[in-house]
Amino acid sequence: MSGFWQGAWTGWRLAFSLLVFPGFLFSVVIGFVLSWVDRVVTARVQYRKGPPFVQPFADLFKLLLKQTIVPEGASRLVFLLAPMLGMISMTITAVLLFNVNLNPQGSFVGDLIVLVYLFALPPLGLIIGASASRNPLSAVGASREMTLYFGYELPFLLALVVPIIKTAQVSGGIWTIRLGHIVMAQQQAGPFLYSVSGVIAAVLVLLAVQAKLGLVPFDQAEAEQEIMTGVYAEYSGVALAMFKITRAMMLFLLPLFLITVLWGGFGDWWAILKFLAIVVLVILIRNTNPRLRIDHALRFFWLLLGGFGILAVILAYARL
Amino acid sequence: MAGRRIVPIGPYHPLQEEPEFFKLVVEGEKVVDIEIHIGYNHRGHEFISPELTYDQVPFLVERICGICSNSHPMAAVMAVEDICNLEIPERAKYLRTIVHELERIHSHLLWVGLAGHFIGYNTVWMWAWKYREHVLEVFEMLVGNRNHYAMNKPGGVRHDLRPEMVKPIRDAMDLVEKKVWMLTKAVLDDPVILSRLEGVGILTRAQALAYSTTGPTSRGSGVPWDVRRDEPHAAYGLVDWNVICFPEGDVLAKTKVRMLEMIESVKIIRQCLDRIPEGPIEARIEEVPPGEGCGRTEAPRGEVFHYMRSDGTNRPLRHKVRAPSYMNIASNKVACVGGTIADAALTLAAVDPCYCCTERMAAFEDGRLKYTWNELLKLSWQKTERVRARMGR
Repeated sequence: MSGFWQGAWTGWRLAFSLLVFPGFLFSVVIGFVLSWVDRVVTARVQYRKGPPFVQPFADLFKLLLKQTIVPEGASRLVFLLAPMLGMISMTITAVLLFNVNLNPQGSFVGDLIVLVYLFALPPLGLIIGASASRNPLSAVGASREMTLYFGYELPFLLALVVPIIKTAQVSGGIWTIRLGHIVMAQQQAGPFLYSVSGVIAAVLVLLAVQAKLGLVPFDQAEAEQEIMTGVYAEYSGVALAMFKITRAMMLFLLPLFLITVLWGGFGDWWAILKFLAIVVLVILIRNTNPRLRIDHALRFFWLLLGGFGILAVILAYARL
Repeated sequence: MAGRRIVPIGPYHPLQEEPEFFKLVVEGEKVVDIEIHIGYNHRGHEFISPELTYDQVPFLVERICGICSNSHPMAAVMAVEDICNLEIPERAKYLRTIVHELERIHSHLLWVGLAGHFIGYNTVWMWAWKYREHVLEVFEMLVGNRNHYAMNKPGGVRHDLRPEMVKPIRDAMDLVEKKVWMLTKAVLDDPVILSRLEGVGILTRAQALAYSTTGPTSRGSGVPWDVRRDEPHAAYGLVDWNVICFPEGDVLAKTKVRMLEMIESVKIIRQCLDRIPEGPIEARIEEVPPGEGCGRTEAPRGEVFHYMRSDGTNRPLRHKVRAPSYMNIASNKVACVGGTIADAALTLAAVDPCYCCTERMAAFEDGRLKYTWNELLKLSWQKTERVRARMGR
């Protein structure tokens, strides 16, 4: 009998952590609060006032009430399932990241590679959905998203090698990709950010975050001025809302991920300030740059940032 | 490589919010061909104009375009004055010049903002339009309106410059000059902006001549034409200024032309304020004799041309308008091809197209008239009937 209750309790806890805290509901709410911060900071930079606090939520509810239109000739199933892919992957990411940060010693399996794959799913969902919608503009957007993905993934992965090397150095030559170990190594030896290779890696991750979020200068896939929101062109109603939710969750989770792997984890309250600093930095980059052309973006990521990524790895190996 | 696809921009432009249709034929990201369709909006100005008196015509042509709402009436009244062979008073000449140059500044700032928006740089957009606001405030003080200034009348101007207005105008000019230099430096110093503008949408000198482009579009391609200098009217022959011209022909050159032209405009306005003489602001026209006349002036987008024929009554017999964008939009045919979609969106905007200026003529397709006047009326009636039927009336 107790085994049953224990099972029920575990199941309830799992459901709670996936759906409420720190999973879906929590990260969605924080994400939309952050998108309000984004809009207000952007407005202030541009001498505007900005929307009231409830605006992102109002936008979301309006979208949820709207009709979802599936374009004629589109693959209905793929078209409607694609937005879910990113949303589900971000929910799992939220649970993983929080468990790792709150309880780094735990036997919980959460390693770096799982997270890299989970962060790869939202753009994948976008590409699939856009390709399924049979719209020439969406097709251009999908091809741009794909190009961009291949672009930023190289410096992103190179930058993530840095914390792995550093963790191995701190923990005496034990190579690990467990996030818990990375966080503990930082609690032991100080955040990895405070070194030359750490700074380079953080800049690379930050720019990759910018691209993953699809913000200027890397918003080629939706470029409303060129291809009329490209990948989202055919989406409406609940399906579009799901993309917006995914975007909001990413705005919350990607800076959190950056703090986890490079800036000492989410152990203390300072982390909130660090977090806001990263978010504001992302917003400022977005507001002080024009959109790059997609071929320029690819060259920027591969040649320039790829070079810096290799440099960061070498420096990290040399304990700098 | 992907096959050929068509990326439509229009028939209602999502950003410029005006009726035009560019069919970009693309291979992947590369634009290999472009079809330009204009003529979605028939406004019938040239039809209405002969039904109005010479005093009413400026108010009509002012509404051809909300941005160049001084260029059109100025050219129209110059056409009337040409028929009458009338020299307007000196003070009126200076006043026309001041308003005309203020219009150029606000129009170019508007374009800078839009160009920023087109390359995804919304901060530039908001900032440029904020500085434009100062110019609009000057307009409000000077003529009472932020747009549609109603400044020109046959024989002179309607509003006088009161002494207390001089200082606010000078202050606004100082501010605008400072901010324009700031924006210019920001554009020329930012490598990311340069990578988006340099070498994009090149229109060579020969192409600019072949397509008869006007205004900043041709001056950015090394064709130093400017009606203000070539046919001095108003006070342009009486003040000291330069024609800005760059030979490269890309979007960057057009941007630089517009930026530096704003500085020249500030220079012109300051000199006008220094030198403006006392005296009457209009010459009286007793009657318009039979004959024909034309007025040309340099609108912010290029040469505006108005032709009028009079039969001795108080209404024009014929009134013909040629707007600069009509010539400039066609040059996209060569400027856009070969670039990417991202470049095309910017290049299409770089001629600063003004569709409301352009869209006044009948639509032609394959060399034939698409709609006659009666057909247009019929279409309009049919639509009214449809709407009525739907609403159950």
